[in-house]
Amino acid sequence: MSHYEAPIREPLVLGDKSYHDITEDIAKPIEGKANKNWYIAFYISLAAMLWGFGCIFYTVGTGIGVWGLNKNIGWAWDITNFVWWVGIGHAGTLISAVLLLFRQKWRMAINRSAEAMTIFAVFQAGLFPIIHMGRPWNGYWVMPIPNQFGSLWVNFNSPLLWDVFAISTYLSVSLVFWWTGLLPDFAMIRDRAVKPFQKKIYALLSFGWSGRAKDWQRFEEVSLVLAGLATPLVLSVHTIVSMDFATSINPGWHSTIFPPYFVAGAIFSGFAMVQTLLGIMRKVTNMEDYITRLHVEYMNIVIILTGGIVAVAYATEFFIAWYTGSPYENYTYLSVGAATGPYAWAFYSLLFFNILTPQLLWFKKIRRSFIWSFIISIFINIGMWFERFDIIAIVLSKGHLPSTWWRFEPTFVDVGIFIGTIGFFFVLFLLYARTFPVIAQAEVKTILKSSGEFYKKRLAQGIPTKPTVVIAKKKITEVDSSDKNTKE
Amino acid sequence: MEASKVIHAFYTDDEVLLDAVKAVKAKHHHIEEVFCPFPVHGLDKAMGLAPTRLAITSFMYGITGLSIAIWMTNYIMIQDWPQDIGGKPSFSWFENMPAFVPIMFELTVFFAAHLMVITFYMRSRIWPFKEAENPDPRTTDDHFLMEIPVHNNEEELTELLTNTGAVEINIVDKH
Repeated sequence: MSHYEAPIREPLVLGDKSYHDITEDIAKPIEGKANKNWYIAFYISLAAMLWGFGCIFYTVGTGIGVWGLNKNIGWAWDITNFVWWVGIGHAGTLISAVLLLFRQKWRMAINRSAEAMTIFAVFQAGLFPIIHMGRPWNGYWVMPIPNQFGSLWVNFNSPLLWDVFAISTYLSVSLVFWWTGLLPDFAMIRDRAVKPFQKKIYALLSFGWSGRAKDWQRFEEVSLVLAGLATPLVLSVHTIVSMDFATSINPGWHSTIFPPYFVAGAIFSGFAMVQTLLGIMRKVTNMEDYITRLHVEYMNIVIILTGGIVAVAYATEFFIAWYTGSPYENYTYLSVGAATGPYAWAFYSLLFFNILTPQLLWFKKIRRSFIWSFIISIFINIGMWFERFDIIAIVLSKGHLPSTWWRFEPTFVDVGIFIGTIGFFFVLFLLYARTFPVIAQAEVKTILKSSGEFYKKRLAQGIPTKPTVVIAKKKITEVDSSDKNTKE
Repeated sequence: MEASKVIHAFYTDDEVLLDAVKAVKAKHHHIEEVFCPFPVHGLDKAMGLAPTRLAITSFMYGITGLSIAIWMTNYIMIQDWPQDIGGKPSFSWFENMPAFVPIMFELTVFFAAHLMVITFYMRSRIWPFKEAENPDPRTTDDHFLMEIPVHNNEEELTELLTNTGAVEINIVDKH
C-alpha cells in the first residue's frame, strides 16, 4: 500500500474494483462507438466553430473596424474573451501541480481532463491577441528575433510582451506535463488495441512507453519537479495578465490589488469550468465511480475559497474608489458611478453571478449535488466573463475628458468570434473525450488500495490489502522472445 | 555468444511484487528489469536502483535559462538600442532589472521544464515512433513482470519465484 489513509475518509474510487477493472473502465469510451448525443454536441460545436472562423476571416480581410471598437474603447470583447479564456485555463495546471505538491489524491480523477481543458482554453485565449493584431501573419514580430527593420527589437518593459512569454511558457509547459502523464495511459490503450490502425496510432502517441522500474522512478521525479515549476508559473501567468491593466495609468486599472485578485478569479473560473465539463463527462463516459460526489464537493470548496477572495477584492476596490475621493475613480468598474451609470446592468450581473450565487455552496446539500454544482458553475462562468467586461468596457467608457465618453456596442462579428471560440473549445474537448484516456488510470491504480471503497471496507474488517500468496503449480513455459508482445 | 536466457515472472499485486523483489535480492540474484503498469513506491530502493538525477539537471537548465534571459534583456534593451522611455533611460541593466523580472522568471521555467523533460525522454529512450519494449502487453494493465537472467539455475530460481507468489513463470531466450 502506497500510503496510509484514515478509514474515516470517504473513498475516492467507488465499487468493487480491481486493477484490471480500472483499465477496462478507462478504455471503454475509446474502444466503443460514440452515441447520438455525442454527435449532436459535436456538430453544434463544429457549426459554432465554423461561424467563428468565418467571422475571423471577415475581420482579417476587412480590418478590425468591423468590431464595435471606437477611438476610446480600443479593447473590449476581444481582451475580455482573452482574459476569460486564460482564466479558465488556470484550473488544469493548478489541479495537477499545486494539488500534487499538497499530496491531494483526489486530483487524480480530474487532472487529465482539467489539463486538457487548460490547453484547449489557452488556445482560444491565444487567438484573440493574434486576431487583434489585424495582420496575424506578422504575429512573429512579438518574438525577439533579429530582423531587417534596423535593430528593431521587442520592448521588454511592456507587460504585453511579458504576456507573450508567460502564455507561451504556460501553454508549452502544460502541454508537456499533460503529455508525459499520458504516456503510460496511451501505452495501456496500445497494448490492448485490437485494430491494427488503432494500435499504430497509440504506439506512436505513447512514444514506446514500456514501464520499466527506472522509467517510473524518473517519471515520478519529473512529475514532482514539473509540479514545482508549474506552481509559480500558473500564478505568474494571471499576475502578468493583470499587469496589462495594472501598469497602465487608467483609474480602475492602476491597482496594486490586481495580481492576487486576478489569480484568485482565474482559479475561481477555472474550477467552475472543470465542474461544468466534468458534470457532463462523468455521465457520458460512465466515470461515475471515479468522479464522485466527493470530488465535486472538494472542487466546490475551492470555488468558495477563491470566490471569497474575489468578493473581498471587489469590496476593496469599491471602498478604495470611494475613499480616495478622486472624481476619476468614480467611474471604475466597481464604484458608485458604475452602479448607477449606463453599465449598471453589467455591474449588478457581476455581483449576482459572482458573489451571491456561489454563497449557496456553503450548504452541504447543494455543495454535494451534481445538478446544483453544474448550474452554479455555469453562473460563475457567466459572472467571470462580466467581471472582465466590466473592468475593460466600463473603465474605458469614461475618460478624463467628457469628449472621450463613449459606449461600447458589440457587432455581430464580436459575438461571432466569441461563439466561435466556444465552439472550437468544445470541438477539441469532445474529440479528446473520445480518443484520450480521460482519467489518469496509472495514477488511480496507485491509490486504489488506500482510497478505493472495496479495500477501505476490507481494511475496516481487518483484512490486509496484500493478498495471501498462493503458490502456483510449477508450470514453466518456454517462450521465444521473437513472439514478444503477443500472447496466446 | 550463447543466447542468454531470462526468467519472466509475473505478479498481479504490487505488494506481493515488492516482497518478491526483496526476497530475490536477499538471495543475491540480479534483477535485470521490472515492468509495472503503475509506479510502485519503494520498488526502486528494493531493486537497488540509484536515485535519478533529473531534478539536478532541471536546476542547471533553469540557471541556463536565467542567464540567457539576463543576456538577452541586456543586449536588446541596454546595449543594442538604449531608449529613454518616459524619462527612464535604459543605460544600466541593473536599474532596469525590475521590468525584466517576468521575462527572467518565465525563461527560467521554460528551460528548466522543457530541457528536463527532453532529458527524461532521451534517458528513458521514449520518443515518437519508438517501439515499445515491454515483453508482455499485460504489463501496462494489471501484471508486473520481473526479469532475471538465468545462469544454469532455472530450478532454483523457479522455486524461489513460485514461493514468492508469481502467477506465471516463463523462461525466455533473449537473442
